[in-house]
Amino acid sequence: MPPPTLSRPRSEPDPRAGRPRLARQPYRKIPGSVWLATPATVFIAVLFMLPLAILFAQSFQAGSLAPYHKALFDGLYVTVLINTLALAGYVSLICLLLAYPVAYFLATARGYWPTLGLIFLLLPFWTSILVRTYGWMVILGRNGIVNRLLLDLGVITTPIPMVNNLTGVLIGMVHVLLPYMVFPLYAVMRRMDLTLLSAAEGLGASRWAIFRRVYFPLTLPGVLAGTTLVYVLSVGFYITPALLGGGKVPMTALLIEKQVSQFLDWGFASALSVVLLVATLLVYLVLRIVLRGNMQWN
Amino acid sequence: MIDGIAQTNTAAEHVADGLRVHGAVRRFGQVNALAGIDLAVRNGELLTILGPSGSGKTTLLKVIAGFEQPDEGGVFLNASDITDAPPAKRDIGMVFQNYALFPHMTVAENIAFPLQMRKVPKAECTRKVQEALQLIDLPNFGTRFPRQLSGGQQQRVALARAVVFGPRLLLLDEPFGALDRKLREQMQLEVRRLQRRLGLTALFVTHDQEEALVLSDRIAVMDAGRIAQLGTPQDIYQRPVNRFVAGFIGESNLLHARMDDNGRATTDNGTQIALSRHAGKADDDIGVMLRPERARYLKEGEYADTTIRATVAEIVYLGDTTKYRLHADTGFDLIVRWPLHAAGHALAMGEQVSVGWDRDDIHVIRWT
Repeated sequence: MPPPTLSRPRSEPDPRAGRPRLARQPYRKIPGSVWLATPATVFIAVLFMLPLAILFAQSFQAGSLAPYHKALFDGLYVTVLINTLALAGYVSLICLLLAYPVAYFLATARGYWPTLGLIFLLLPFWTSILVRTYGWMVILGRNGIVNRLLLDLGVITTPIPMVNNLTGVLIGMVHVLLPYMVFPLYAVMRRMDLTLLSAAEGLGASRWAIFRRVYFPLTLPGVLAGTTLVYVLSVGFYITPALLGGGKVPMTALLIEKQVSQFLDWGFASALSVVLLVATLLVYLVLRIVLRGNMQWN
Repeated sequence: MIDGIAQTNTAAEHVADGLRVHGAVRRFGQVNALAGIDLAVRNGELLTILGPSGSGKTTLLKVIAGFEQPDEGGVFLNASDITDAPPAKRDIGMVFQNYALFPHMTVAENIAFPLQMRKVPKAECTRKVQEALQLIDLPNFGTRFPRQLSGGQQQRVALARAVVFGPRLLLLDEPFGALDRKLREQMQLEVRRLQRRLGLTALFVTHDQEEALVLSDRIAVMDAGRIAQLGTPQDIYQRPVNRFVAGFIGESNLLHARMDDNGRATTDNGTQIALSRHAGKADDDIGVMLRPERARYLKEGEYADTTIRATVAEIVYLGDTTKYRLHADTGFDLIVRWPLHAAGHALAMGEQVSVGWDRDDIHVIRWT
């Protein structure tokens, strides 16, 4: 058999041609796999994209940009929008601060502790938001459990206002949204390579330095995922601010509801929704860019 | 001397600088992972801890690095007691099995990490990192992330990170396990070169006996939480002290035998083997060890102190040599390894051969 030479004409079939080439597979597989994706795509298109498109169209039904002008330049609506975004920011931050140690405990504890902790985290998660919100009203109200206890113990002389204000809304929202922060954090912490921490320690790092330089940066993907999830969910939150805020914590979602149910102004309600959606996306993008900058390695 | 224990050690003047482990015991439940380890690594020496998995070598390494506390005994580095010092205060550089490079830091940041922890001024830090990158022959890789490097390159970065701050001791925990054979051999030589050049005291942990023979000044063979033998590679290979070491290092033929009055050994199946000196009393239980390459193929009329007749039972071609399993007429199996043409022709299965060896080829060990 003659030795293979480099001058073999290109047209000659490559003896390896029969072997599947990894690089080509995705292209060849597309026609078949498209059908597999179809049901889900149709589902999403009809139930999510279509309503969104209708919403978008509706905001222009007056034939002018007046609704947008009102939503973006009327002082009231702008203030409420900023409040909403800020509140979502507070909720995300409080959730992060609370969830980080919880996730760390769940990820590192031994024996039955992680299971027990996950059960405690999931039980409220599976309970209706409405039930939990009313529960908080009972606990935090003027004559609620907390105030009664503190009054009877003589710690305070007048009840602390904890419902119908920002405090109540924050407590309620954080309680509902905490699991959404814990789970992404728990996931990255479970996957953490613990020899990295030993390595850092052996190289002379203090406990604080290990956390700041190694552990925390490595959990950033979880921080980003959890914060995004909680932020996006809080921006559109309705039940909790409506009930625990008692009308004193205005949020855009509440205003939208009011436009629809009281003023029947679908055009303006749609415009407000679109503005809220765009604002959420903008914040999400900023968050992503800032945190991604620290995650080039990932 | 600094402390009382050092005075009892005959090599105290060496031991004063370097690493010394004294009577280290570490228990996990009923198991003694370390059952009393005494070990001294001299300054500038590369000592290998060699043992199978479960022999306690990793526990010993952790005790020295400070990730485990010994239940008894102590660890001394340059004559200071570091038994209770946290890992961060020990000034020990360590290369981990999986390299343990920080994935979120660039190569340069990884190498700078121990310097930053020691508050080295920025300019000096940058200079040292650059020097370290030169040392490992990756001068332009500073801005890459670890996942952008090959296994061998990651290995070198891990090594640079472990030595850049001038540690008092370098620990290497099976660092070449994940590399292919060729790269592994190259890295072994590179580590050795670096260790010599920087004059580092180093402790190397491996289960690969070949690696241990290549790299080490001395080898400590561990078995069941104890050091079975400590010596130079030649000592360990040629004069193992017991069955475990003989079986663990290289291939060997090991036969149970009994001494007779004439300084000869008689194996269980009655083969008489000549010994070079009186290796014990009559009726002593001994092991007679013969390395496969020490047995000779005997042509017609050639003579050896011990000669047996055997049949070729298995042939394994190894390239530069060929390994044969021979079945002796007296009823035992013998592994030999010869250059291809030792017999003058290629041996065939079932062929009758004469095999012989001299007294000096036999090493006698305690059987119990």
